[in-house]
Amino acid sequence: MKTILPILTVVAAIVVLWYGAAVWLNSKWVYDQAARAGTEVTTAQLISETMAQERPVLPAPHQVLAGLWDGVAGQKITSKRSLVYHGWVTLSATMAGFVLGTAAGLILAIGIVHSRAMDMSVMPWAIASQTIPILAIAPMVIVVLASLGIKGLVPKAIIAAYLSFFPILVGMVKGLRAPDGMQLDLLRTYNTPRAAVLWKLRLPSSMPYLFASLKVGVAAALVGTIVAELPAGATAGLGARLLSGSYYGQTVQIWAALFAAALLAAALVAVVGAIEAVTLKRMGMAR
Amino acid sequence: MAAIPIIEARGVDLVFQTNDGPVQALRDVNLEVAKGEFVSFIGPSGCGKTTFLRCIAALETPTGGTLKVRGMSADDARRERSYGYVFQAAGLYPWRTIAGNIRLPLEIMGYPKPDQEARVEKVLELVDLKGFGKKFPWQLSGGMQQRASIARALAFDAEILLMDEPFGALDEIVRDRLNEELLKLWSRTGKTIGFVTHSIPEAVYLSTKIVVMSPRPGRITDVIDSPLPRGERPLEIRDSREFLEIAHRVREGLRAGHAYEV
Repeated sequence: MKTILPILTVVAAIVVLWYGAAVWLNSKWVYDQAARAGTEVTTAQLISETMAQERPVLPAPHQVLAGLWDGVAGQKITSKRSLVYHGWVTLSATMAGFVLGTAAGLILAIGIVHSRAMDMSVMPWAIASQTIPILAIAPMVIVVLASLGIKGLVPKAIIAAYLSFFPILVGMVKGLRAPDGMQLDLLRTYNTPRAAVLWKLRLPSSMPYLFASLKVGVAAALVGTIVAELPAGATAGLGARLLSGSYYGQTVQIWAALFAAALLAAALVAVVGAIEAVTLKRMGMAR
Repeated sequence: MAAIPIIEARGVDLVFQTNDGPVQALRDVNLEVAKGEFVSFIGPSGCGKTTFLRCIAALETPTGGTLKVRGMSADDARRERSYGYVFQAAGLYPWRTIAGNIRLPLEIMGYPKPDQEARVEKVLELVDLKGFGKKFPWQLSGGMQQRASIARALAFDAEILLMDEPFGALDEIVRDRLNEELLKLWSRTGKTIGFVTHSIPEAVYLSTKIVVMSPRPGRITDVIDSPLPRGERPLEIRDSREFLEIAHRVREGLRAGHAYEV
């Protein structure tokens, strides 16, 4: 109960600010309409009209919620207007990319920890890969793959993987190197093969790092997928929904898709968090 | 003492290359340890006692001289899993139970499953931790954790037990108890024990052979064969005349080492 009050206070403050901003940003249209009709606008009119526009500059929170509700519950799941449908398209590509990115990050991290040559050669490239704006890479990847006849989920998953492998790589390099000299010496006294050092010491020690990275990685994978849906002229996915909303000035649709994406990201992070809690508890590492 | 010594050092030198130039950690260390002995290495910090123990364990490689363990090179002896090593900290894996921690070397060395269980039970009893196998390390006190780490070193059939200040972080009351138990354990298992400490009473109470070392460079200044009876020794032995005489000689040896330094 102690934590719920501050949380609600912050939410309430955001909602109040948002409503204020909606009135302010949407008032121009109301004044223009009134000037054209030659009428005066009262304050009450101003407020009610700024909140009920079809294409507001900034939709009011209740409009966004209504749009979100309509998109989720008001449509058939197979409908092109359903956010569940678009959400699923995005989610499936996100998950595919996340799995791919996690595997790539893990394998590279294991290589880097075990080989000095890989440490020197792979890490700079991994860092360089993240300095290039994803918006510049995504269209190229999609065009190149499309020319090879690969379309749909795979190109999006690759871009999602491209964004999500990096946090896993960095976190796991740190995590696999977490065991101190004494723990490594202990295994040396047993003449332990390297594979067993990895399985019995390095991987278990890296678990807290792994989950921290997975949370960043899964959110990055979602961003990657949505970005990949923007330039392709894709017809499905939350990214496509955002894009078509901006083509036709459907700001409510944009915001609803945005919120759907945010909720999806929050849900994914929460799922990773739940797996983390269960795993660390079973490993006796949660306290 | 006619049999081949289990540990034999001849003119062992070790020089570490550091950023500030070479540091001589050990100089001309000569030592013979017979099977079944309890050897203590005592000296001030920086005298190389831990370094020498690590050389025996092949965790460090001497830069000069010869060091033979069980008649072979230290590294071969390590590969043959000749010794169990107990570190200053217990270093138990927090994600494994006490039994799981003790099972770790057995898993790595490929002991069959039923044998693993039997051995874990046996050593848990040996270190007086029966019934604690299912607990996690953080549920145990520091002394119990250190006993678990000794059990882990005893679980497999190594002839030698190397211990690097295993009780250094414990209070004196717990330390006395563990010393007593360690002696019992030694006489029951018949292992050869190499034990690093900076406590004179601990060294004299436990050992059949006391190696006094001094720093800069690390070298042996005195080797004392203890006249105290082998096997179990009551704690009261520490008030006996013989005990005090050996303790005095150790203290003299340590002082001589320091005089050399000034």
